Amino acid sequence: MSATILGLTGALLVGIGLFGLIVHPTALRKLLAFNLVGAGVFLIFGVVARRAAAAGLPGDPVPQAIVITGIVVAFAATALAATLLARLSEPGEQP
Amino acid sequence: MTVSLLPVWAVLAPVIGLCALLLLEGRLRPEWVAAPFIAIGLYLSISIAYEVISHEASLVYALGGWLPPLGLTLRADGVGAVLLALTALVMVGVSICAWAPADGAGGRGRSGFWALLLALWSALNLAFIAQDLFNFFVALEMLSFSAVALVALDGSRDALTAALRYLLFALAGSVLYLLGVGMIYGRYAVLDLAGLREIAQADPVTLAALALMTVGLMAKAALFPLHLWLPPAHASAPAPASAVLSALVVKAPFLIILRLWVDLLPLSAATAPPQILAGLGSVAILLFSILALRQQRLKLMIAYSTLAQIGYLFLMFPLMPGPAPWLDIGWTGGILQLVSHGIAKAAMFLAAGLIYEALGHDRVSELAGLARRQPMTLVAFAIAGLSLMGLPPSGGFIAKLLLLTAAVEAGAWWIAIVVLAGGILAAFYVFRALGSALAEGTPAVAPVALYRQGAVLALALCALALGFVPLRPFALLAIGRPLEAMEALP
Amino acid sequence: MNELLALALAFPLVLGALFIVLAASTRAALFGFFAFGLFLALAWVELEAIDVALTEAAIGGGATGLLLLRLNARMRRTVSLGQPAGPQLRIVAGLLAVLVTLVLGALLLALPDPAPSLAAATVEPLPTLGISNPITAVLIAYRALDTLLEIAVLLIAVVGIRVMGAERGWAGRPVPWPAAEPSPALVFLARLLVPAGLVFAVYLFWVGADAPGGKFQASTLVAALWLLAIMAGLAPAPRTGGGWTGIALAVGPLAFIAAGAIGLAATGSFLAWPEPVAKPMIVVVELALAASVVVALVMLVAGPPEPEAGR
Repeated sequence: MSATILGLTGALLVGIGLFGLIVHPTALRKLLAFNLVGAGVFLIFGVVARRAAAAGLPGDPVPQAIVITGIVVAFAATALAATLLARLSEPGEQP
Repeated sequence: MTVSLLPVWAVLAPVIGLCALLLLEGRLRPEWVAAPFIAIGLYLSISIAYEVISHEASLVYALGGWLPPLGLTLRADGVGAVLLALTALVMVGVSICAWAPADGAGGRGRSGFWALLLALWSALNLAFIAQDLFNFFVALEMLSFSAVALVALDGSRDALTAALRYLLFALAGSVLYLLGVGMIYGRYAVLDLAGLREIAQADPVTLAALALMTVGLMAKAALFPLHLWLPPAHASAPAPASAVLSALVVKAPFLIILRLWVDLLPLSAATAPPQILAGLGSVAILLFSILALRQQRLKLMIAYSTLAQIGYLFLMFPLMPGPAPWLDIGWTGGILQLVSHGIAKAAMFLAAGLIYEALGHDRVSELAGLARRQPMTLVAFAIAGLSLMGLPPSGGFIAKLLLLTAAVEAGAWWIAIVVLAGGILAAFYVFRALGSALAEGTPAVAPVALYRQGAVLALALCALALGFVPLRPFALLAIGRPLEAMEALP
Repeated sequence: MNELLALALAFPLVLGALFIVLAASTRAALFGFFAFGLFLALAWVELEAIDVALTEAAIGGGATGLLLLRLNARMRRTVSLGQPAGPQLRIVAGLLAVLVTLVLGALLLALPDPAPSLAAATVEPLPTLGISNPITAVLIAYRALDTLLEIAVLLIAVVGIRVMGAERGWAGRPVPWPAAEPSPALVFLARLLVPAGLVFAVYLFWVGADAPGGKFQASTLVAALWLLAIMAGLAPAPRTGGGWTGIALAVGPLAFIAAGAIGLAATGSFLAWPEPVAKPMIVVVELALAASVVVALVMLVAGPPEPEAGR
């Protein structure tokens, strides 16, 4: 039951993040919204893992490991976008 | 099934090259560090193709001896082997064309270019031979990150904006794809394609998961209506990078979509998803061919042409009605379209790059005199154009003829009409550029090394040579299908 | 009881997300993101996934928040993609968000019960690997290729960042923070936290094979401490090119591939861990991977070199 609550929270985070991704014109806010969607997706993985608890483990390690990999990849993506943003915000480069 | 380490090295050799570039930076010229790894990559791809053809079986490897569903396998089947060969061919052509001019021009990002090219190669090889839904995700992320960085390579504000837009689209696609993977895992606790094939059912969870993944992949493949990022990105990148992006990078997510609907959950052609995908592809063909006609810049015109040609790929989905889709001519036509567009588009973008270098601009209306001053490049451009139009003899002709035949056989007249109309529109935009270049004129032309023009022409001739493959389902493209699960280690 | 705890976490998470999306000021949204990350890590604890909670706290919340905060401080004007959303777009986006949430919720509820699981399969081979944390086993053995290529993703991102700043200098030192004297409090904090944190990181790394913890958590902690030291002016940012940064970045993937080749020679399977020496080999490879991850993470936050940083 508690896993279901957090799963629905994950679904809500995806929805809220999606709204932000569409509505915000500024790139930094889009980036924040993207991280919210990512958090929601990872949370859903966590719920999938928790539901599959077996063999004395509190959760299925495979989706948990996938989330660890996914978090690192999402961070790298955010860093790439941040660098692009920093470069684009520099003044005096208009053609 | 043959057990072989070759697929593993095809993925890892370029990664070792990337590490070598980081280690040796500042000590050796980057192109000299990259060269042996490009040669190794070519050797591996040729070996894989040879092994697959001579054994008439796919090459498989279970990493660490761990079998699915716990472990990961790599499998080069017939289609995989063909795509690895295509990747190697384009990479070698691009590398020759991007080889540093003697004066060292090209800026300080040069080391980055070679590192990203190798990273891209690893990602493409993995996308073409991976068998696991999350392994695909890792391949797609490697692919997107290196492709976005290549778009930004030029450093101009336009390029950086295009790269940012591309990155945001790619990330949205990744998230949707990953969401689908999570649902599949929750439903089956299996991510291996062959394993899923045995147990997957067309229930709501599975269909919704596949739909999420397909939409995410569509954003990465730039299928209409998720295409907005592609023209500025492919037009802003340096020409050798554009060639790889247009010829190869958008093909990887397409192939994964194909594998979802053929290898994971085989659907009869009558259901909705194949019709929807083909419908979107048709809109892309018509809309973007017309937009390509209206572009003022050569590179933008080629980028719009890519959007249209991607549309052709999606036509194949309803054209494989048989219980074994890989034996239908729609399958052969679609894969052949992928390969011939890859080669032709690489040649065309590289030619556009050389034209830009020679003239200092790429405005379509001001190409007069080019035919006289740089005939080799222009011939390459024309041959590549032939394949895009679908005129004989060219790979594009065979591919489009097969798709047309399949459409008529399936009674899908609208697809047949779209294929024909797309060809006519392509003729208009290709001839518009050629006509401008054939006009009399005496432009100031900067010299372009002959070996680079030769490389582009060689690529274009390969697209021409594809026009001589026989007009029937190709046995090679059916090797390794239907997928069989690896039961035990050898 | 557990339901109450889950609800107690769900509410701040949803409210936090709404605040991050709806807040008028970007700065406020960023601070909201830090708080959100904290609750998210707690949610992972509630899901009994301590390993993920540590990674989420360190990277998902901490490093990402730091990166965005630094970005916001450095941005000299906003970068927009398109126009502010009109009321129609807001309504459409809102409806889409509701629809997506409902569909995802319905799908989650439709998942089979009891859920299929690989948990038992991950436990069974643990003795042959000499480690007892199944998540570590997934990362380093069963799905080793994913982990190896994920480090490659980090390297690609590092190269990408350098490429994006290439106009300004290919190899050099990035500016760690908007140029200003670090406050004495920050310097004091750094002097205090860095040594203590390093000890904890070593502990985390060592217990990774058995208890939650391990390569990523330890690496991210070291990276965060390093960044703190850089901000306090106690340590330099790594040069972006050549020299030992290149070595540190390359050593992880190369060691992993070399271990794979050793496994091939010893057992006949590439990327297999030969039983008697599995654990020491895994520790060596994880150390090499940690070096790559730490340097990559610091470089990803620090960004490309700046001209005023000198060469």
